[in-house]
Formats: sequence, structure tokens, C-alpha cells
Amino acid sequence: MSTAIADLHETPADLGVNYLNASYGIRSWLLTKDHKRIGLLYLATITLMFFVGGTAAVLMRLHLIEPQGALFEPETYNKLFSTHGIIMVFFFLVPSIPATLGNFLIPLMIGARDVAFPKLNLLSWYIFVTGCAFALYATLSGGVDTGWTFYPPYSSSFSHTHVVAVALGVFIAGFSSILTGLNFIVTIHKMRAPGMTWFRLPLFIWALYATSLIFVLGTPVIAITLFLLGLERILHVGIFDPAVGGDPLLFQHLFWFYSHPAVYIMILPGMGVISELITAFSRKKIFGYTFVAFSSLSIAVISFVVWGHHMFVTGQSIYAGLVFSVLSFLVAIPSAIKVFNWTATLYKGSISYQAPMLYALGFIGLFTIGGLTGLFLASLATDVHLNGTYFIVAHFHYIMVGGAVMAYLGGIHFWWPKITGRLYPDYWARVAAALIFIGFNLTFFPQFVLGYLGMPRRYAVYPAEFQVLNVMSSAGASILGIGYVIPLIYLTWSMRYGPAAGPNPWRAKGLEWTITSPPPTENFEETPVVTEEAYSYPSSGVASV
Amino acid sequence: MSELAAHSAHPPGFAHQFETIAQQREAGKLGMWVFLVTEILFFGGMFTAYTVYRSLHLQAFVTGSHLLEVKFGATNTAVLIVSSLTMALAIRSAQTGKRKGQTIFWLILTMLLGATFLFLKFRFEWYHDYVDGIVPGVSWSYHGPYAPGAQLFMCFYFFMTGLHALHMVVGIGILTVLIIMTARNKFSSEYYAPLEISGLYWHFVDIVWIFLFPLLYLIGGRYLGS
Repeated sequence: MSTAIADLHETPADLGVNYLNASYGIRSWLLTKDHKRIGLLYLATITLMFFVGGTAAVLMRLHLIEPQGALFEPETYNKLFSTHGIIMVFFFLVPSIPATLGNFLIPLMIGARDVAFPKLNLLSWYIFVTGCAFALYATLSGGVDTGWTFYPPYSSSFSHTHVVAVALGVFIAGFSSILTGLNFIVTIHKMRAPGMTWFRLPLFIWALYATSLIFVLGTPVIAITLFLLGLERILHVGIFDPAVGGDPLLFQHLFWFYSHPAVYIMILPGMGVISELITAFSRKKIFGYTFVAFSSLSIAVISFVVWGHHMFVTGQSIYAGLVFSVLSFLVAIPSAIKVFNWTATLYKGSISYQAPMLYALGFIGLFTIGGLTGLFLASLATDVHLNGTYFIVAHFHYIMVGGAVMAYLGGIHFWWPKITGRLYPDYWARVAAALIFIGFNLTFFPQFVLGYLGMPRRYAVYPAEFQVLNVMSSAGASILGIGYVIPLIYLTWSMRYGPAAGPNPWRAKGLEWTITSPPPTENFEETPVVTEEAYSYPSSGVASV
Repeated sequence: MSELAAHSAHPPGFAHQFETIAQQREAGKLGMWVFLVTEILFFGGMFTAYTVYRSLHLQAFVTGSHLLEVKFGATNTAVLIVSSLTMALAIRSAQTGKRKGQTIFWLILTMLLGATFLFLKFRFEWYHDYVDGIVPGVSWSYHGPYAPGAQLFMCFYFFMTGLHALHMVVGIGILTVLIIMTARNKFSSEYYAPLEISGLYWHFVDIVWIFLFPLLYLIGGRYLGS
């Protein structure tokens, strides 16, 4: 007892020697090769970027309270939505789950001491931070007004903003994605513990494997495209400028060859997280393991052949449009397999509604809406009506925020006890999850209606008849904003004051729960030998029901 | 403790995250292959753009191609192919446990051939292009037929060969490190993975040139008409 009180000054609960307290000082973090610490470095970086991008979103929604625009000049508004999109896509969503939870969990889940290339892993973080620095520099010194897509000629002859700096930032951050994907692929292939066969892997690993394939196959193409765009601006030669024989559509093709798969970079890891959460909180084996695993891979493959659905109205040939439309519909199949299998897993499970599970259930509903509205946009005729409207904005926010961010937060809450060794207040976590769900729907559901009624996206002003729905959306955004700040507060609080979590607070399956929380630097004292399938929860199977 | 002792028994260069040296070697090789796949996509974006524009502006691209000197391109192709041979011989000599001097000899020869390539490229091609005024954005005074399209061709010529030259410079840097490592006895017939993996990179850069040379210099119908 007396030792416990003595320790209280330093740490409220004694967590033993672990990766967090094995060494101290800024150098031990900035030069770390430990995948767990690198995951936390990413967590800090992308949290900062998330709040930068979020601030831009809040300002936009405040501006749109009035039809004539409440706050900014149209040029400033253009810069706000460009900043919001660029930061959120390239500097938050793309690295979000892979770089934080992926880095932290992949070696733990497959029973390895670290990723295959720890130095490369640290280098990836430095590259990412350099990319962030360029993006933030450009934002603070005036921003860009190109939209996140950098379409020429908005980004070439007609923009006088910091296009080169931002494009360079995205270009640099892309190499961080490439190297992270490479590291994950090699780690998953070569570092699995004895007995950890491919079909015993947690589905989170399958999802990240599929994501890594997109990282290494897609990212180089956006890199070279932005490289060409940058050279066009710097040297004043016309790569994409029709005046000297260039083709702006070629830019769009190359851009979407990466940026459509990038949507799956954002959502696939989220799907992996949801498979872990649904099984843990319904205490059941996943329904149809191999279907869920292969649906991740097939989403990754199909994602590379659907980019043309972003270009139905650009003058692409109608036959190309037909083919891209059909191919885009195919994505619905593996996506639906996942949703049905999660739902089937819930069936007759012993479900508990702790905070991570609230996020998981929110994900299933919101992702389903986001996915189904995507079919409206994959159909040629309806896309002509909906293209360039708020319907699209609502659709992809249901996928990226309702899907990816919900899964990210669910995953952070689920593995937080493992990451920090401490529990957060579950009551507040549930309140925040509920606020985020309500705020999110209030923000984006009205945008479906606005888009259907014809309100175009990216305009600083709108007709007065759309004001009520816009005010609803802005009100929702403020609730959403509060919902995001609450976890920041209690999670930070719990790092110091939360009660000790113990190795497995959720009684979940998986190698990461068999070791102490936080894990020791070497992860496993002895390399584990795996003898059972993933998610072998005791209640699974007919006999124990 | 026993685990630590077991680790220290492994050869130099063994990293702690692996169980065996064979696992490390396989991981390194797979890592390089995956990296080369990303490189194919990286160059692939440019090859695609080149192909699209070539089909849009065929005559201008033929005109542009005729501005290049085949004899330098051909010489450089030969130089690079020989450098791939010497790289393979360097790996072979480490693998069969030859004296380190022999490995170093082949590595230095590879490096010299790489440097020869760059010297020819910069001194006899790019510099002359600059003097002749066919470098878009820097020095452009070409007013022959199809000038805008020829400029587009020359853009791609400089971007593609420039990106390739950048990879050559990185390759020469890698060779320098390998020479130092060999001199310090880091490699043996059991452990020469860095040599093998760097060799994959060197051959890849070579193969990129094998595609660039006909695409930029040869397929312009130079030897058919006129």
C-alpha cells in the first residue's frame, strides 16, 4: 500500500516498464525506431492537421449561414474549402488509421517485434512532417484556391496562389504513404509469428494489406502528376495547357487514377477496425471470415478501374462513361458483403454498447447511406443532375467522415487502453460518440437535399431559398465540432489520470491483448505461437449458445 | 538474456526485429521488389502521358525526336548494359566469397560506367540542347514546323531523362556506400543482401533506360523516309 502511495506522485497506477517509459526525453522520441512510438508521433501530427482542417470547415459553415455569405470575400472562401479538402484528405484521412493504429497494431497483431524496416518507418514520419510543413506554410502565407483536386487551368495559368508549395507538400507526403505501404506489405508477408497463417490474421490486417497495395500502386501516379503540374507552373511550359497542345483532361485522368483508389485508402482501414469492434463487442466470431477478407482485396482491385466516374460530364466518351459506370456498380458488391457480414455477426451476439461499439454501429449506418448514395452518382443520367452539387459533398462526407472518421475514433477508443495502459471515462466517451453522430447527420443530411434541389458546391453565396437547410447544416457542424473536442480533452486527461486498464479490458481476442498494457518495447517476451482462428470467442458456435 | 546472446551470435548487419538472417534477407528483397513496383507506376504515369500526347501530336513528336542525337543515346545504352553486367559480377564475387578487392573492383567499374553515362548525357546532349535552344522553359529558340508540339516532346524528353538521371545519381550514391561497406568487411558469402538488393535497383534503372531509348530516340521513323 505504501509503495502504491509513493508511486502516486509519478504515476497514479504502476504500469511497469513499457515502451512509453523505457526511455525519456525528446531525443528518445524523435530518434525512436519503435513502431509503437512512431504510431504516436503520427497520432500527434495528424491530430494537429485534423484541427487545422476542421477550423477551415467551421469557418466555411459559419460563412454559409447567410445567403450572401456572412464572413469572407469569395476568394477567401475558395481558399478555405481548398485548405479544408487538401489538409483533410492528404494530411489526415489518408494517413489516419494506417499510420497511427496500423503502425501501432500490425506487429502486435501478427506477433512480431517490430515492422520489417523500422528506420524506414521513422523516415516515413519525417517525410510526412516535411510535407505537412509545406502545406501549413502555404496555408499561413495565403493559401491556395484550386480546390483539393488541383485541376488545371485553375491550378496553372489562372491561379496566383501558393500552388507549387502545396503540391510539393502533397508530393512529399505521398512518399510517406508509399514507404508506409511498402513496410506494411513486407511486414505482413514476412514477419508473422509461427502459426499465424494468412487465414488466421485479424481482418484489420487484411484491410491494411489491401490499403497498402493501393498506397504502393496509386500514390506514385499522383506524385508524378503533381510533379508535372509543378514543372508546368515553374517553367511555364504547357503540359496540361491546350494552348500548346496539352490536355487538361489528361490531368484529371491521372489525378483520379490515384484519388479514386485513395477513397478506399481512407475507408478500407476503417472497415478493418469495424470488423475488430463488432466481433469484440458482440463476443462472436466474424460471420464469413474469408468473404470479409477477400472483399477487402477486391475493393482494392476494383478501385483502380472506376476513376472515370468522376469525369462523366467532362467530355469523356460516352462508351468510356458506360464502362466506368458498370465497373463502379461492382464496388457495391464487396462493400455490401462487409455490411451484411457485420450485421450477421451481430445477430444473436451478446452485444454491449461501450463507446467503441457506438462508433462501430454508427459507421455501419452512415457508411451504408454513403455507399447507397454513391450509386446515384455512378449512374450516368442521375450524375448529370447531381454532379457538382452538394449531393456529392454529402455523399463523400458520409463515407469519409461518417465512415472513416467514425472508424478511426472507434479504433482509437478501442485500443487506447492498449496504447496508454489507461482507461478513459466511458460516460464521456459515449456522450461524445452520440454528439458526433447527431452533429454529423444534422450537418450533412440537409446537404443531400440541397444538392438534389440544385445548390452547387464551392460557391461562397447561394439563393435565399436554401437558407434554412444551410443554417441546419451549420448548426450541425458546431455540434460536430464540440463532439470532436470532447475526446481530445478526456483522452489527454486519461493519459495521466486514467485508471490502469490491465492487459485486456474488453476481454477481446487477438495477440495484442495477450501482452501487458502498454506493451513492452520488444512487444513479446517470447515469440508467440498461434494455434487458433481469429475471433474465437467462447460464445461462438451453436454448442455454447 | 539467452535471446540476446543468441542474437549476438548472428553475423554483422543482423537487425533485432527478425528471427533469422534468412528472414531478414527475404524481407529486404521483397521490400526492394515492392519499391520497384512503385517506381514502375511512378515512371508509368509519365510514359502514359507521353503515349497519349504522342498519339495526339504524332508528327510533332516525330519532329521532336529528330532533334535528338541517336549516337549518344546508343552509346549510353551500351554503357548501361555493361554496367549491369559489372554489377552482377560484383554480387557474384561477394556471393562466392572472393577477395574483397575483386568485389570492390567490379563496384568501382559499375560506378565509373554510371558516371560515364551521366557525363555523356549532360555534356554532349543536354548542354548542346541548351546551346541549340531546344530546352523548353529555359532556352527555346526553335521555330521549325510543329514548334508547340515539338516543345511538348522536348518537355517529356527532359522530364523523363532527367528523372532517370536522378535515379542514376542515387544509384552512384548507393554504390559509394557499398564500396565503403565492402572495404570494411561487412559482407561475406553468408551475408551480402545489401549488394543483392542494390543490384536489383541498378538493373531497374537500366531497364527504364532500355524503354526510354527507343521511345524517345528511335520510333520517330528516322530511318524510313527522308
